[in-house]
Amino acid sequence: MTWINQIIQGVLLGGYYALIACGLSFLFSVMRIINLAHGSLAVLAAYALFWLADRFGVSPILGLVAVLPAMAILGWLLQKTILERSARSGRLVPVLSTFGLAIVIDNLLFQAYGADTRSLAPFVGSLSYDSFDLSDDVSLGTLALITFVTAVAMLGGLQLFLTRTPLGRAIRATAEDPDTVGLLGINAGRVNAVAMSIAMVTVGVAGFFMAVRATFAPYAGAAQLLFAFESAVIGGVGSLWGTLIGGIVLGVAQSLGAQLHPQGFLIAGHLTFLAVVLARLTLAARGGRLRAWIGGAR
Amino acid sequence: MSASPFRVERWTTASRASVVAVALLIAALALGPGYFSDNAIDKLTTLFVYVILATMWNALAGYAGLVSIGQQAFFGLGAYFAVRLADGGMPVYGALASAAALTGLVSWPLSYFMLRLRDGEFAIGMWVVAELFHLLVNLDPLIQGETGTSLVALNRYGAFARHAYTYWMALAGMSFLLLLLFALLRSRTGAGIQAIRDNEEAAASVGVEVARTKRLIFVLAALGAGLAGSLWLANAITFQPKTYFSPQWTAYMIFMALVGGLGTFEGALIGAVIFFAIEALFGAAGVWYLIGLGATALGFALFLPRGLWGWVEARYGLSLLPVGYRLRFKTHSSSPAQTPRLAAQPRRK
Repeated sequence: MTWINQIIQGVLLGGYYALIACGLSFLFSVMRIINLAHGSLAVLAAYALFWLADRFGVSPILGLVAVLPAMAILGWLLQKTILERSARSGRLVPVLSTFGLAIVIDNLLFQAYGADTRSLAPFVGSLSYDSFDLSDDVSLGTLALITFVTAVAMLGGLQLFLTRTPLGRAIRATAEDPDTVGLLGINAGRVNAVAMSIAMVTVGVAGFFMAVRATFAPYAGAAQLLFAFESAVIGGVGSLWGTLIGGIVLGVAQSLGAQLHPQGFLIAGHLTFLAVVLARLTLAARGGRLRAWIGGAR
Repeated sequence: MSASPFRVERWTTASRASVVAVALLIAALALGPGYFSDNAIDKLTTLFVYVILATMWNALAGYAGLVSIGQQAFFGLGAYFAVRLADGGMPVYGALASAAALTGLVSWPLSYFMLRLRDGEFAIGMWVVAELFHLLVNLDPLIQGETGTSLVALNRYGAFARHAYTYWMALAGMSFLLLLLFALLRSRTGAGIQAIRDNEEAAASVGVEVARTKRLIFVLAALGAGLAGSLWLANAITFQPKTYFSPQWTAYMIFMALVGGLGTFEGALIGAVIFFAIEALFGAAGVWYLIGLGATALGFALFLPRGLWGWVEARYGLSLLPVGYRLRFKTHSSSPAQTPRLAAQPRRK
């Protein structure tokens, strides 16, 4: 039963990973940019919520009403000042510029808040430790369930938005060919800025859950970026539902790893990531050879 | 052919003079321990390590087009192998050198699948590799997790001898890697490397073995980072995994290569010297110093992606350590603005 419990907990943890990976994957599919400041921006949102709660007594859930629009505006500004310009200079420059941005954000947070770890858990009543029992061995955390449901809702919402709305279609068309959409009267620059704003809203939501479920500190962004990246790659970068599966695979691997060895949590996650990458490349190579073989035989 | 109005040029008076000057400088530095203070020896050793880090990251990103955020994987591994080998009874300076070679060896099988990842995926994928190496090193009982350990074998030497030996080893390692890279870039393979930098698909289409060439640079960069890690250990003596496997090392490499000039041989050297000076001046400012580094790197990425040397090169047509060829008009000693150039102008993809 412990193993079943670990798997269930891993699946729920995967919900959180899908949540944080969602924005990264979305941005990559739209602009082919991997934003290395992704984790740091989630931590920034968490600090904003903490500041509102600590200074003004605003409940973090209510705080989201202020922080999410602020993240959207920040996303717009980042797109206009940094991403658009770096994307124009080539594929590698965005990696460098967003890494520089991450260093700036992390250290500014450290300057403002010091090394102490914080958490939003004290501001949400008993939400962070409420749970109900499925059986004697398996109990589900309320927060973990809410996180998972939020992840599914957000991914589903994004999917619907991209397929069913004119703006969503414009975003997909821009991702396909930013030059041609200009001919159709779509302003690619504005569409990308909207996409970045949406991505930043998801980052704000992820920051909220990160800060409620555990503690965070100024340099926590790097770990969040890696979790998001691993989930996105395991699930197949750019695929929204794949991101959910990627998050679940990562969460289950970590939670089984922790069961095997005290240090196994992170190691199992990283190994799973590398194994998936290796498997994908091998399969791609096999597929290519198979196609060549069939082509040669014909 | 003889009617061509162009001639192909590699060496110029300025570049010949600068190569001689670099050789003289290295020879003079070799005599360093005779007349420098202990403190100056330590500082210069640090500078040599920075030059190695900058040059190797520049080779990787600037030439092979492989931006890695995970070079701390090899930096940490170099230091770890040195601790392990010295603990196993190997003479300590032999252990430092072997550790670098071992790091290069580890990177070789790793390259087979990491190099299949592209751009941003490769960049963060390497970071994952660094985290994994860090966690695995922590499992070694000798290291005692994050507590770390020390290179106690160095205590056999007196303070003066230790500083001098480490200094010479750093100088020799740096000179060797610079010479190796310079020779490599000027060879046939080097022409291929620079072609890949300019346009990977086009390079492949004219017969450059892209995968093999990238692997060569990847392994060289890993070996260089490994040597830098083991040299840093010889200077610092203590080994704490968290310090050595920190992405901060890659941040420093990026800063140096980006400010000096990505994809130019001279740029990495200049970047290392600038970083060394900035650290001496502002390092005490702590967090604000790091914020400044991040902001400067961001600014260069946005507004001067070819760095200081790239700007000088484009503006004045200067090339002091020539690794490319240039085409000049035969008739008159033309102004730099009129000289079309071959294989020296990085073009962004």
